Amino acid sequence: MELTTVWFVLIAVLWTGYLVLEGFDFGVGMLLGIFGRRRKGVAVAGGKTVSDGGSLSDGEREKNRRVIINTIGPVWDGNEVWLLTAGGATFAAFPEWYATLFSGFYIPLLIILLALIVRVVAFEWRGKIDSEGWRAWADRAIVFGSWVPAVLWGVAFANLVQGVELDADHQFVGGFFSLLSPFTLLGGAVTTLLFLTHGAVFLALKSDGEIRERAGALAERLAPVTLVVASAWAVWAQLAFSVAWTWVAVVVAAAALGVVVLTTRARREGWAFVGTAVTIVAAVVLIFGSMYPDVMPALDPANSLTVTNAASTHYTLTIMTWVAAALTPLVLLYQGWTYWVFRKRISADQIPASIGLSLRTITENAWGGKAGGGASSDSAPANDAPADDAEPAPRA
Amino acid sequence: MDALDLARWQFGITTVYHFIFVPLTIGLAPLVAIMQTMWVRTGDERWLRLTKFFGKLLLINFAIGVATGIVQEFQFGMNWSEYSRFVGDVFGAPLAMEALAAFFVESTFLGLWIFGWDKLPKKIHLACIWAVAIATNLSAYFILAANSWMQHPVGTIFNLETGRAEMVDIGAVLTNNTLLAAFPHTITAAFLTAGTFVAGIAAWWMVRLVRQGRPEKARVYRSAVVLGMVTMLVSGVGIALSGDWQAKLMFDQQPMKMAAAEALCETEEGAAFSILTIGDLSNSCEGVTHVIELPGFTSFLATGDFSAEIKGVTELQAEYEQKFGFTDEAGNPISYQPNLAVTYWSFRLMIGLAAFSAALALAALWLTRKGRMTDNVWFSRLALVAIPMPFLASAFGWIFTEMGRQPWVVVPNPNPSGVDGVWLLTAQGVSEVVSPGHVIGSLVAFTALYGVLAVIWFRLMKRYVVEGVADVEHDPSPDNPDRDAAGPLSFAY
Repeated sequence: MELTTVWFVLIAVLWTGYLVLEGFDFGVGMLLGIFGRRRKGVAVAGGKTVSDGGSLSDGEREKNRRVIINTIGPVWDGNEVWLLTAGGATFAAFPEWYATLFSGFYIPLLIILLALIVRVVAFEWRGKIDSEGWRAWADRAIVFGSWVPAVLWGVAFANLVQGVELDADHQFVGGFFSLLSPFTLLGGAVTTLLFLTHGAVFLALKSDGEIRERAGALAERLAPVTLVVASAWAVWAQLAFSVAWTWVAVVVAAAALGVVVLTTRARREGWAFVGTAVTIVAAVVLIFGSMYPDVMPALDPANSLTVTNAASTHYTLTIMTWVAAALTPLVLLYQGWTYWVFRKRISADQIPASIGLSLRTITENAWGGKAGGGASSDSAPANDAPADDAEPAPRA
Repeated sequence: MDALDLARWQFGITTVYHFIFVPLTIGLAPLVAIMQTMWVRTGDERWLRLTKFFGKLLLINFAIGVATGIVQEFQFGMNWSEYSRFVGDVFGAPLAMEALAAFFVESTFLGLWIFGWDKLPKKIHLACIWAVAIATNLSAYFILAANSWMQHPVGTIFNLETGRAEMVDIGAVLTNNTLLAAFPHTITAAFLTAGTFVAGIAAWWMVRLVRQGRPEKARVYRSAVVLGMVTMLVSGVGIALSGDWQAKLMFDQQPMKMAAAEALCETEEGAAFSILTIGDLSNSCEGVTHVIELPGFTSFLATGDFSAEIKGVTELQAEYEQKFGFTDEAGNPISYQPNLAVTYWSFRLMIGLAAFSAALALAALWLTRKGRMTDNVWFSRLALVAIPMPFLASAFGWIFTEMGRQPWVVVPNPNPSGVDGVWLLTAQGVSEVVSPGHVIGSLVAFTALYGVLAVIWFRLMKRYVVEGVADVEHDPSPDNPDRDAAGPLSFAY
């Protein structure tokens, strides 16, 4: 195999890693908005076994939210690096692709970046302050930061499948609105549904108690919808833009989603997760398979960026191949170990009281001039959950 | 302003902002690892408290560093796509290596460290923070490899057919002497930042507790003051040595930057180093007046010889015009001279602000000698004032090195080493298809969001600093089964 093709495949692998792993992170983040609502009487999941959540106290609701976030807590950051690696690898292996794609898809990427930024800080900062208002803002940021990329990655990849307006210099000349077509918007719907289902299955797999039930029930309801929408898009992509062999990917994706429909009904969470993961892998195969040998198909095929004309030199690709061959297995190994370490299900009764500090305005003299001024923070501070007092405080 | 200026502003703002948090992470992660090591090795509870206290500050800071780092990798393609096309073959490699070799490690093991307090054996858990610490430093190496290549392109040829720079020797790129000097300089600056941060906060607390008559708890902080102080002293020496080497390399590789740093207009033998210079804002040589000067010092910095000849901006401009042309593609004259005032002052501010930490370190050295503690209020004030100084010094250091590089984005290598022709003007690197409107939109969006996040970051850090370490009185005995209660909880979401 040509090195350029090797790198095309490798970049597809990196995107697979990203979409499979961050796919459930996004799904879980979106579900935080659905299962973690603050108003009373929400009955999103519906279904027979699931309570409407209306009877929960605010404290129980907060514990549920923390169950949701903690299922991905130890891993989301490592998962996100797959994106940066995919970006870096594209830059190194196909500079022309990186340059045209990133300057061409400027506005969607900008919005994705803003979303990812607020999501990252919200995850880390949410528990740092014990205040309902603070957490509500963090939750909004997580929910926003999960929905936006889930939709936009789908739109972006559908554009790559469909082809974009490139001129003879391989510059994107289409403008923002050329990126929005029925096909690409449907692509956005597919990734959103897929990640929601994937996230719900993951949440059911990783949690216990009420959240597990609600996630399982929602996954059961989402799976058939996802099957229909994703299959419609895949067949459209296949018929309009792809080559014969990628039918395999379409069939595998559909079959895997069929398995998801059945296994979510039987609450076989592990198998359902395998199903959604395989679906995402198959989707990436379809997307990249339909593009090859282009990396960025142009509406006028003469202007397309291909694995050849977008690639780095043979020397650079050789170096990077060695680097990737040495390091990628290692990454898989220690990331896999992380999932092993945190393999246990999380339930609300394991969630400790918030260790965040109170959102107290600091009135004392922080300059330390008057030593007595700071006494209040040392002798049993008046905040409701001091860091060094780990007794679960009853919460209204 | 056109798209070029806007894109430059955006790069400047997002990068300087990103680099507020990065040095603290690079330096603080190893310091927290050292604190945790001390705890694991000695079983001394004070170190556990300090680990958790500074660990939380590290996490608050790490989050925003990661978040703003994503932008950095995307921005080359978004705003600087022509640059990316030209350099991708060589510049992309260290970025990809960084992600694979360092970023994966730090993100994954940070997750393990945060959530692994009660799940991992003590030593494995300790290894996790060390993995984070080493990876953040390795990260810096690859990023600086990319940057150093822009300052001094090596291991590369210009391919006339493809019209781009192409890598021929990865070894040369990863052992670029510019990199070998910039890496220790950046790392020691990061350690100075973190050392000042740790010592500054701990000193403030120590004084406060001594004055409150609580020496037992103050002693916890004294350990951190000493750790921070030692870090400052060692890294201070490292900064000076590596900076000296950098100055000599800069004189050789980027003489224009050297001349601009001194606002040296005419070529001189035994060029002086001025402490104060007055110039007008026209960026021309005419209005420059040196007021206070150290004779021969610039020559010494550049070459080690007080009487060496240093080329001035005017002569260098003429040389560059001969070599690279008088006008750009549109027929406008090219000025090869960076902004004199910015280069001159950022250079001095970098040095002066970093030196501030030395004052704190020396004061701490004296006041904590032989196990002593102090209730000196002036010392605690100095400690707090010192904390932001290395941050600012780092920012000015980068402003200096990047602004002093202009108008180049890839500086032509002056040495005939087969890399002739590998150079690019900043103006040639900007994206062709991105309109000024797009850049304004993203500039405003990033600046506004970053502004809000900076306020939250600062208030969170301050809130945690003022809270202090967990109280000793609550769990005094190492046999107390609850003594680790603050452990897993401290870091859970």
